[in-house]
Amino acid sequence: MNLLFYLSASISIIATLMVITRYHPIHALLYLVVSFLSVAMVFLSLGAPFIAALEVIIYAGAIMVLFIFVVMMLNLGGDTALQEKHWLQPRIWLGPSLLVLVLLVELVILLIRGNTPAMEISVVDARKVSMALYGKYIIGVELTGFLLMAGIVGAAHIGKHQRKLLHRFLIEEVNAESSTTREELPRSVANMEE
Amino acid sequence: MTSMNAQIVLIVAATLFALGLVGVLTRKNVIFMLLSIEIMLNAAGLAFIAAGAKWGQPDGQIMFLFILAMTASEVSVGLALVLQIQHQHKTMDVEKLAGLRDEEYNMMER
Repeated sequence: MNLLFYLSASISIIATLMVITRYHPIHALLYLVVSFLSVAMVFLSLGAPFIAALEVIIYAGAIMVLFIFVVMMLNLGGDTALQEKHWLQPRIWLGPSLLVLVLLVELVILLIRGNTPAMEISVVDARKVSMALYGKYIIGVELTGFLLMAGIVGAAHIGKHQRKLLHRFLIEEVNAESSTTREELPRSVANMEE
Repeated sequence: MTSMNAQIVLIVAATLFALGLVGVLTRKNVIFMLLSIEIMLNAAGLAFIAAGAKWGQPDGQIMFLFILAMTASEVSVGLALVLQIQHQHKTMDVEKLAGLRDEEYNMMER
C-alpha cells in the first residue's frame, strides 16, 4: 500500500511537470490525464475508493474531453506549439519559478517540522460518504445544484455567438441601395438594434 | 489497515499546487492557464482527502465532491469564454486582452 502510494505520487508529480512544460496543447492534455489517473491511485491508497472512481470518471473523463473538444474546435496545432515555444523563454519562467520554489520549500519545512503520529488508514466507503452527504451536508448539495445551474446558464449565454455586426452591415446595405422603403426603414433599424 | 505519515501526502499536494501555480504564472496561452488552475484545484482536493483519511471521517471526501462540482462549472464557463475570445480577438494571448471594451464597439457608440 505504501509502495503504491509513493509510486503513483511520483508519477503524478512528473506528469504534472510535463504538463506545464509542453508546447503542444494535446500533449499537455494527455499528460494531465496521466496525472489525474495517478492521483486517483493516491486516493485509492488513502482509503477513498469512491472519490478515486469520481476522479477517473469526471476529471480524466468529462473535463479533459471538454478541453480536447475546445482544442479541436479552435484548431490549435503546430502553429500554437511554435508560438508557445517562442513565448516560453527561460527569462520569462525563471523568476516566477524561483519564487514559487522558495514558497514550496518554506511549506515543506513547515510540514516536516510538525511531527504528528502516523495515521491509520481505514477505508471510508461510498455508504458513509453518502450518509453524511445527504445528512448534515444537504444544504451544500442544494447550493451545488444552484452552482451547476448557474454554470450551465452562464456557459450557454457566453458561448452564444453574437451576430450584431452582421446585422449592422446588412442595415448599411439596406440604407445604401433602397429608397423606396424609406418609411419602414427606421422601424426595422430600431427593431434590429434592440 | 496500513499506516502512513500524513505529512508526505500534504507535501505531495503542496508540490502539485506549486507546479500549477508556476503554470499559471509563466504561461500566456489561456488554455494552458485553465489547465494549471485545474492542477491547483486537484491539489487542494488531495489535501482535503488526506485530512479526511487522517481522521477516518467522510467529511474530506465530501469537500472533494464540492470542489469537483465547482471545477466542472468553472471549466464550462471558462471554455465558453475561451471560445468567445478566439471568436472576437482571433488570439489566445492574454496580454492582447488588456482592453475591457473593444475599439469597434467604442466607435459605434460615439
